[in-house]
Amino acid sequence: MRRALPVVLWAALLALCALQVARTRFVADLSSFLPAAPSAEQRLLVEQLREGALSRVMLMAIEGGDGETRARLSRALTQRLAADPRFASVSDGAAAGFAREKDFLFEHRYALSPGVAPQRFTEAGLRSAISDTISLLASPAGALVKPLVLRDPTGETLALLEGLRPAGGPRMAQGVWVSPDGRRALLLARTRASGSDIDAQAQAMQAAESAFDALRAAPGGEARGARLEMTGPGVFSVRSRALVKHDVERFSVLGIAIVASLLLAVYRSPLALALGLVPVLTGALVGVAAVSLGFGLVHGITLGFGTTLIGEAVDYSIYLFVQAGQGERAGDAAWLAGFWPTIRLGVLTSIAGFSALLFSGLPGLAQLGLYSIAGLAAAALVTRFVLPRLLPARFRMRDLSALGGALRSLAVRATRLRLAVAALALAALAVLAAHRSSVWDPELSTLNPIPAADRELDAQLRAALGASDARYMVAVRGAGLEEALAAAERAGAALDPLVAGGRLAGYESPARFLPSLATQRARLASLPDPAILRTRLRAALDGLPLRPERLEPFVEDVARARDSKPLTPESLAGTALGAALDGMLLRDGEGWTAILALRPPAGSHGLDARAVREAIASARVPGAAFVDLKGELDRLYAGYLQRALAMSAVGLVAIVALLFAALRSPARVVRVMAPLAAGVAVVAAAHVLAGTRLSILHLVGLLLVVAVGSNYALFFDRMAVQPEETAPRTLASLALANATTVASFGLLALSSIPVLHAIGSTVAAGAIATLVFAAALAPRAHGVRR
Amino acid sequence: MSAAREGLRIARAALLLAAALLADPAARAAWDIGALMALLRAHPPGRAHFDETKTVSILDRPLQSSGELVFTPPGRLEKHVTSPGDERVVADGERLVIERAGKRQVIALAEHPEVAVLIESIRGTLAGDRAALERAYRLRLAGDAASWRLELTPRDASLEDLVTKVAIEGSQARVERVEIEQADGDRSLMQIRPGTG
Repeated sequence: MRRALPVVLWAALLALCALQVARTRFVADLSSFLPAAPSAEQRLLVEQLREGALSRVMLMAIEGGDGETRARLSRALTQRLAADPRFASVSDGAAAGFAREKDFLFEHRYALSPGVAPQRFTEAGLRSAISDTISLLASPAGALVKPLVLRDPTGETLALLEGLRPAGGPRMAQGVWVSPDGRRALLLARTRASGSDIDAQAQAMQAAESAFDALRAAPGGEARGARLEMTGPGVFSVRSRALVKHDVERFSVLGIAIVASLLLAVYRSPLALALGLVPVLTGALVGVAAVSLGFGLVHGITLGFGTTLIGEAVDYSIYLFVQAGQGERAGDAAWLAGFWPTIRLGVLTSIAGFSALLFSGLPGLAQLGLYSIAGLAAAALVTRFVLPRLLPARFRMRDLSALGGALRSLAVRATRLRLAVAALALAALAVLAAHRSSVWDPELSTLNPIPAADRELDAQLRAALGASDARYMVAVRGAGLEEALAAAERAGAALDPLVAGGRLAGYESPARFLPSLATQRARLASLPDPAILRTRLRAALDGLPLRPERLEPFVEDVARARDSKPLTPESLAGTALGAALDGMLLRDGEGWTAILALRPPAGSHGLDARAVREAIASARVPGAAFVDLKGELDRLYAGYLQRALAMSAVGLVAIVALLFAALRSPARVVRVMAPLAAGVAVVAAAHVLAGTRLSILHLVGLLLVVAVGSNYALFFDRMAVQPEETAPRTLASLALANATTVASFGLLALSSIPVLHAIGSTVAAGAIATLVFAAALAPRAHGVRR
Repeated sequence: MSAAREGLRIARAALLLAAALLADPAARAAWDIGALMALLRAHPPGRAHFDETKTVSILDRPLQSSGELVFTPPGRLEKHVTSPGDERVVADGERLVIERAGKRQVIALAEHPEVAVLIESIRGTLAGDRAALERAYRLRLAGDAASWRLELTPRDASLEDLVTKVAIEGSQARVERVEIEQADGDRSLMQIRPGTG
């Protein structure tokens, strides 16, 4: 009964973990891998990035076919998507901006138009405004104003429409927006769902794609060559989720297949293979359950990373099976006494290293850390306590002494490379020292799984459409909506001179859609009463070809506007204006934030941040802040990188302390650490020489190198004090363990996701390097018991 | 502009016309829309002076203006009003830009067919772009090469509410007179003569 207890406990644990995993939420967007921002301002940023108006923008481009076909497709697609409830607004340029809201804007022109001010309705103001309108009437655009002149002779409706449209506007051809080279028709859409609602974003993309496919397949056939391209934050979230999912699925299956075939080739026993995978699967299950318990959700990247743990956890059963003496039972007392302490020490070393991740502060890395610690500990414990009890009584491992013997002579020869390894390590250190300022990559974008070509397309479409690139914004605060809108107006007034001076292409402000009540009241109050207006009009129109009596509809409209109530958010509900406003205002427990997205001047790479900061500061708007979102996120990330590096140093100290406690000899600690340090230095230097700047994920990889390599170094150290005849077995187990590690991590290096690629390439190279270095730096004397 | 130079220009146009006619045997004998368009295409006007009178029903008296027209094939037409005031209106591709008193207004023609249809009648004629004209109008040509009159009537019922007729008169490759009648009774008459000022 006592013998069966570990197996029973193990089975119960598996059942509990399976239960936990079954109710786990799996996510795959990169934003949940991003930092949980510490300060309120940074939280706002991440919030805006995930939820705000900018996250809802979807840019579309129609390519292929001729211009006429693209324009027709563009118009038809706009029509279809405008009727789709998943889209708040869609425009192909034909009804640019807010043409659908024309009647609403016309009705509320005196509350909304920035031109309405007391001097506008003085004699001189009226005369100047009406003269302008008459000139416009004579111009080719006369037909535009003619229907409005008698009710809106000061031209407020046109001024209003112009303010809401991106300055300059995209190029047009055949009646729709096109790219500067004319080869793409462009559409600008806003989804109703926020960019972080990936399922809803995927549905919106799906709706656009199927609508486009239906249009393309329409009779005639000339549209068959056309393609629809989409970009935008939501689109990118959907794509990165698909990429992560695809890679995780593919690499899990391939990883298991490769490791299994490798083990099968060596063991030549399906039973041994099945038993060998028991600790791996247990480790994976426990790891996922632990992350699920600790974080409430499991990231897809954690799972992808988890597949690589196969390569490391499978090592334990390899040690168990291969290190058993010829004719001995795996996991017998001799193995427990001779090998288990070394494995245990290796596991503890790994756990010390991964603790650095646990405390890195980045939720994604903390997940990887917890997963690794729980998974490795479970795999090792299962190997030690459960696996030997599962083995059939007559289970014997195939004789690998031929392989071991060959490896033995290789290992002996490897010790001649001692000086070469030392020289290589020194050279690596020299490379790292020479590049010390550029070893680490401070940019968060290196973690972005979206291919550079897609990001380039996004930048092109944004530039062509004059859409804000979601990088620069001014945020203002207010205790209430009114205060926030008033602050947005003041910030806007401070930005206007920059726009006029060409230092900004423009900006979007919520106050354009909904001016503060104070501003609306001031505008309405600047309207004169009918009697005064009539008198002024008589004087103002003297000598102009327009008789004052004709403008009676204007006088009536002004009188009505004077008595009207100011607009509220409710008045805009359900309109495209309301949808636009919605994304520019954020409400939290302490008040409101209004976001003004800035458009850098065309053709420039960035914007004059100092000028904007100064303009905002001089306007003295309370709580106003200029935000460079990318810069801010990079700073945030750099902070985490620093912290992760510091935690790694702490982890390193813990590893040394652990080794010292176990080995009780400074010389042996140095001997064990030397190949690890050399391996880490050489892999890091190789990345630097290849032009790759190291990210926080490479740091994770290097920690894994230490974890994997510590086993190798410890075994080589152990061999020096063990009976000579165990050496071939130990070496065979190390070679097999190394092969599985290199195979599974090397596979990961093929991933297109930077996070997985970085870890894979680092660990595969590091595992080989540390094994070779450990062999080379191993003590020469064997079989000498202390 | 000297008379000799003007003569040279006409001679060149005639030569080009002859070449066009020789190249197209079917059109050799006839003075028709194709021939007029070929002539106009071969000889874009460049700069010209204009005087315009616009009658708008809501205004008490017609609006007079004059200035310079600059046409750059295929799609840029600039109307520079020098009297009264100073105003520059440029139709370029699908955009109409109005600059006056330091203010700049951009109108997307695609959004405003009521504006686009009028611009297209003049621009299409100057460019000799028959396809562009026939997209919106039915064409009828009267007279001969020395004195012709091209009448445009809207093809589309929706356009009939905006414009009833555009009549363009000219001699050889020169457009001399553009008359527009709108559905609401408003009219404009533009007289064009070569040269600046």
